[in-house]
Amino acid sequence: MTANESGAHPWMGNSLASVKQAMLDEIGVATIEELFEQIPKEHRLKAKLKLPPGIKSEASLRRHLTSILSKNEDCEENLNFLGAGCWQHHVPAVVDEIVGRTEFLTPVWGSPQSDLGRNQAWFEYASQLGELLNMDVVSLPVYSWGCAIGHAIRMASRMTDRHEVIIADIFDPERLSVVENYCEPVDMPDHISIVRVKTANGLIDLADLKKKVTAKTAAVYFETPSYLGLFETNAAAIAATARHFGAETIVGVDPLTLGIVRPPADFGADIVVGPTQPLGVHMNCGGGVGGFIASRDEARYVREYNGFLVSITETARAGEFGFGLASAHQTSYGMREKGKDWTGNSVYLWAIANAVYMSLLGPQGFKELGELIISQSHFAAKRLGEIAGVSIPFKTGFFKEFVVDFTKTGKTVAEINAALRKQKIFGGKDLSAEIPALGQSALYCVTEVHTSEDIERLAAGIEKAVM
Amino acid sequence: MGKKSSDSVKLRNFHSASWDEPVVMQLGVPGRRGQVFAKPDAEVVKKAGKPDSLIPRELARTTLPKLPEMTEPEVQRHYLHLSQETQGMVNISLFGTCTMKYNARVSETVAQRPFVAEVHPLQPDDTMQGILEILHEFDLGLRELSGMDQFVFQAGGGADAAYTNCVVTRAYHKSLGELGRRNEVITSIQAHPCNAATAAAAGFKVITLNLEENGYPSTEALKAAVSGRTAALFINNPDDMGIYNPNIKEWVRIVHEAGGLCFYDHANFNGVMGKIRARELGFDACMFMLHKTFGAPKGGGGPAVGAYGCTAALAPFLPKPVVVKEKDKYRLDYGMKQSAGKVREFFGNVPQVIKAYAWLCAMGGDGIDEASDISVLANNYMDKKLSKIRGLAMSNPDIRKHRLEMTRWSLGPMKTDTGVGTVEVANRMADYGVDPYWMSHEPWVVPEPFTPEAGEMYSKEDLDYWMAVIAKVSEEAYAEPELVKSAPHNQPIRQIKGDWLDDPEKWAMTWRAYLRKHGSKSGTAEKTAPSHAAE
Repeated sequence: MTANESGAHPWMGNSLASVKQAMLDEIGVATIEELFEQIPKEHRLKAKLKLPPGIKSEASLRRHLTSILSKNEDCEENLNFLGAGCWQHHVPAVVDEIVGRTEFLTPVWGSPQSDLGRNQAWFEYASQLGELLNMDVVSLPVYSWGCAIGHAIRMASRMTDRHEVIIADIFDPERLSVVENYCEPVDMPDHISIVRVKTANGLIDLADLKKKVTAKTAAVYFETPSYLGLFETNAAAIAATARHFGAETIVGVDPLTLGIVRPPADFGADIVVGPTQPLGVHMNCGGGVGGFIASRDEARYVREYNGFLVSITETARAGEFGFGLASAHQTSYGMREKGKDWTGNSVYLWAIANAVYMSLLGPQGFKELGELIISQSHFAAKRLGEIAGVSIPFKTGFFKEFVVDFTKTGKTVAEINAALRKQKIFGGKDLSAEIPALGQSALYCVTEVHTSEDIERLAAGIEKAVM
Repeated sequence: MGKKSSDSVKLRNFHSASWDEPVVMQLGVPGRRGQVFAKPDAEVVKKAGKPDSLIPRELARTTLPKLPEMTEPEVQRHYLHLSQETQGMVNISLFGTCTMKYNARVSETVAQRPFVAEVHPLQPDDTMQGILEILHEFDLGLRELSGMDQFVFQAGGGADAAYTNCVVTRAYHKSLGELGRRNEVITSIQAHPCNAATAAAAGFKVITLNLEENGYPSTEALKAAVSGRTAALFINNPDDMGIYNPNIKEWVRIVHEAGGLCFYDHANFNGVMGKIRARELGFDACMFMLHKTFGAPKGGGGPAVGAYGCTAALAPFLPKPVVVKEKDKYRLDYGMKQSAGKVREFFGNVPQVIKAYAWLCAMGGDGIDEASDISVLANNYMDKKLSKIRGLAMSNPDIRKHRLEMTRWSLGPMKTDTGVGTVEVANRMADYGVDPYWMSHEPWVVPEPFTPEAGEMYSKEDLDYWMAVIAKVSEEAYAEPELVKSAPHNQPIRQIKGDWLDDPEKWAMTWRAYLRKHGSKSGTAEKTAPSHAAE
């Protein structure tokens, strides 16, 4: 009998009957079934699994997968202007090669010695992000930006022993829903109440902020650029207000802005969070997201991190360096329910993608990229604003995302997006239901992947759609 | 005693790659470029203005970040060197509790294509029919394996799935008006720490049951812990010792009678796939780790997926959205009014779900059943052979029944005899080309623990090699303990020193912190950077 006739599965070394028998002989039992003696008979599943037989042929499996996935449309064959928490950026080819390396792709942990290279790549992720952010401590990433905000708010709450956080009234509903869970329902003893501060012209309303910040405030959280794409030009004043009341300032930032604008730390941010997906990770249908957390190098911050902190350290050989986990005892691995929140598998492979991306860009690359994005997005906003009935409520001060108001065209965003779809264009995210005050508006995202021809094509598509 | 294993297998004369690779911050030359972006074209500048004019003046960055300045091939080479300085499961890794599997490269090549990688999660449903079909079909597969009624994939890992269970538990008890009163979660000391930790982070008090002589907590202990305050039981079974609690059905009944929910952490599913189902045991919800049991790669710690499934009674409380099939079309349903909201943006690590679906298809019902058979067979084969090696002791030696897919072992006798413990043995084994094993979650319930898990991928010869290595290290520990204590010797670096890691004056989580704290010891900062010294 050949291996194939025996039914040997290509992914299972011991599916040969002869090998199974050899192992049974070594154990000294007659059947595999005897090895399940711990499980009471009445617990056992009586019927065979109702699943199809395995597809052992790789060729057949590939065909099966691609035949289903070919039903998708993607942002290469369509012109995409969706952003809102997941953004289309260029992913350098070297990034894809490195994260595809088996040594990085498949393992789980190793030791500081055996997996030196991966630990060093993690340290380089933190080191480079630290340069962009002007901050000395960066932990390994958490699941997403929303999760990073949630952990940062909980850090601030523990540090201040206060249970209120202030967040703008215009905020990404995806992130807000995550943050609400991290702040716990009102029924729980450590519930953190979310106080909403008004925005004026898309920015935090300082007068309202001064009414909302009190001695009960654990933290003020704001984003620059904001959900609607605007740079928060009052950042320093917001941080000063928070500090006056002993509250922490937590700021969310798109790292791709940091070649052209100063980092939040320079305006008084205490903890900085943000998305890692823009740094060289494909959108992956939302599966590319990740979130970073950074702070100053003060023990009172460091001791509150939930996740892993990778520190450079010395080894037993003079002059040699390695990497280990710093302040590791505080994690949930060591302290279970007494640990700082919790940690576990996260998006550490993407931290390597981020490291490679930042090394490739360097300081000039970040500057050039920032300038290109801000130019393309403003060009797009101006061009769309020329269309009859289309207006741009916030005309300046944004980075890659901006609001486009279609109210005066008499069409809904849904109608316009449906028309654009027929021209193989994904229009911006429909804001009409979540922010009724903006009327029939959509959030458009323009990045370095968009050429001026693409923007002309979009403008022509909208002109056609509003006719 | 130990010689028999090592004599029959030729051990490799292994040495890992050692590139003496500098930290990337030490590399580069000012002006070099790894990526260049186009300048805005004239038409853009004419309409939008120069880039400088678009940046709010008060925010403009005047000093560029101190990032390395390297060519593209220099960056590629640096990270290739780092990958080679990572043992990274390119040989044999029996990392218990994490269920090391073959991560099929066909799934990788498919998931990298634009029809997955370049899809935006807010695209219209009709442009994501392929992805939604796979999410739904995979959900159906997990329903068959568990008996549950609905799965979601939003959680970014196993711990996040435990957290998902926390938020669902909160929403469920809140719907009954009992959340404030039901504020306790019961778990066991052998359940993964994330169960206790997420419950606490979600606002619950945690009650932890300790193990008793049978290897699991007694039913009496559970009864004593259960009350009208019980929100839920979070439990795994079998546990990391390979021991199955035969009273689990009664446990579920006791918790249900008190009004609590029961969550089955299926971290240790590999040995019971197709053998038992959470639903028939009475559970309300369960979790599978797709990056462990279902063949998606681990990435050194994610992107991962904790697939969370529950009964129809709990489904209204699931995080939004869920995939719904209507006639022949699929859509994302955001309409659940009692939903617990979200635990992470969007709806999951889609490429990993696709890889897990590919694994399910490739294995099939027959392959999954066979894989759990092989996992348990291989673990018992190892138990038999490991028990012959000097200095090793099985946990719970009085429990004579065969263990399931993994067994917790102890090097307590070796430590007593030689002073060599589990960390040193793991370090020394790596010198022979096997990845360091998993020891144990905290707290260690046996001294000097290690937890090998064979799984279904590794061949009998692989397992024999691994056991020959530990037998050889045992011989070394008894003959020449210093050799093992000072290991590793064939790795890119020696043992790291721990004294910087918990000292705020010395730890350095970034290069800039390193330069600030350690850069002035001798000469210029750049020159004080330690490098790998040649011997």
